[in-house]
Amino acid sequence: MRYQVLVRLKEGVLDVQGKAVESGLQDKRYAAIKNVRVGRVIELDIDGVASDAARSQVEEVCKLLLANPVIEQYEIKEVA
Amino acid sequence: MKVGIVVFPGTNCDQDIEHVYRSLLHVETVRIWHRDTALPNVDVVVLPGGFSYGDYLRTGALAKLSPVMEAVKKFADGGGKVVGICNGFQILCESGLLPGVLLENVGRRFLSRFVHMRVDSTTSFFTAGLPKGSVITCPIAHFQGNYFADAETIRELEAHGQVVFRYCDEAGQQRDTDTTVNVNGSVHSIAGITNQRGNVVGLMPHPERAVELLAGFVGQDSGLTPFKNSVAA
Repeated sequence: MRYQVLVRLKEGVLDVQGKAVESGLQDKRYAAIKNVRVGRVIELDIDGVASDAARSQVEEVCKLLLANPVIEQYEIKEVA
Repeated sequence: MKVGIVVFPGTNCDQDIEHVYRSLLHVETVRIWHRDTALPNVDVVVLPGGFSYGDYLRTGALAKLSPVMEAVKKFADGGGKVVGICNGFQILCESGLLPGVLLENVGRRFLSRFVHMRVDSTTSFFTAGLPKGSVITCPIAHFQGNYFADAETIRELEAHGQVVFRYCDEAGQQRDTDTTVNVNGSVHSIAGITNQRGNVVGLMPHPERAVELLAGFVGQDSGLTPFKNSVAA
């Protein structure tokens, strides 16, 4: 099974990368583009584990390592 | 008295820490490799600065999974003295030994410069012997030093006197919104915190780089006293 984890900063947490991207775009006259937020996609395979158990392992590693719950939220998608 | 210095792949301030304890304070030190599962017999554990695991994923995130961190946690739970400086602070936050997290600096720049920090609490072993309100001048060198925690956590830290260092101007004045003073944009100008017990301390500035009166701009030694305190009987 292949999973995709999308990790993003929570609403309200300052995203300096997003700000940098936004100001770069505005320099190029894309003034209409606002509120840029940069996240991260992590893909991983889990083999030889039942589907439910696989999903809960992904949940576990999200909490353990992939996201920091103080500032980040995550979404898990099964992609294959 | 013996000080353990933890080395992760990418740690680069371990020699500075060793110099402070060995050459200046004449205290024995021992390096602890991050793969070690037990600590040698030490009185203080230092997590020095650097770029553990290349800062991959988030600063300090991968280091928290190193086997040695289980041992450091156990040591801290038993009341052992632990101080994390710069990347060491980030590792302590990621490990849950200290609350909060270090975000990227508000100015979106790596900052390498001198700062002033005020001693705001003497409840920790690292600040115990320092006069409250005194100012330490020392360098910072970080891209992620913007201390952040939710409002509730900040209230708790403040209520229990857990904010040990705050960025301030030369005269010791706190200026939260002035980025020439609160250079990275930390909440309440927080530069360093401790746990409630006072035995785990983390800070972004590098007092170990301001321990000797040398020629030129390095002429600062106000960083030495916290290290002296850490090994006081």
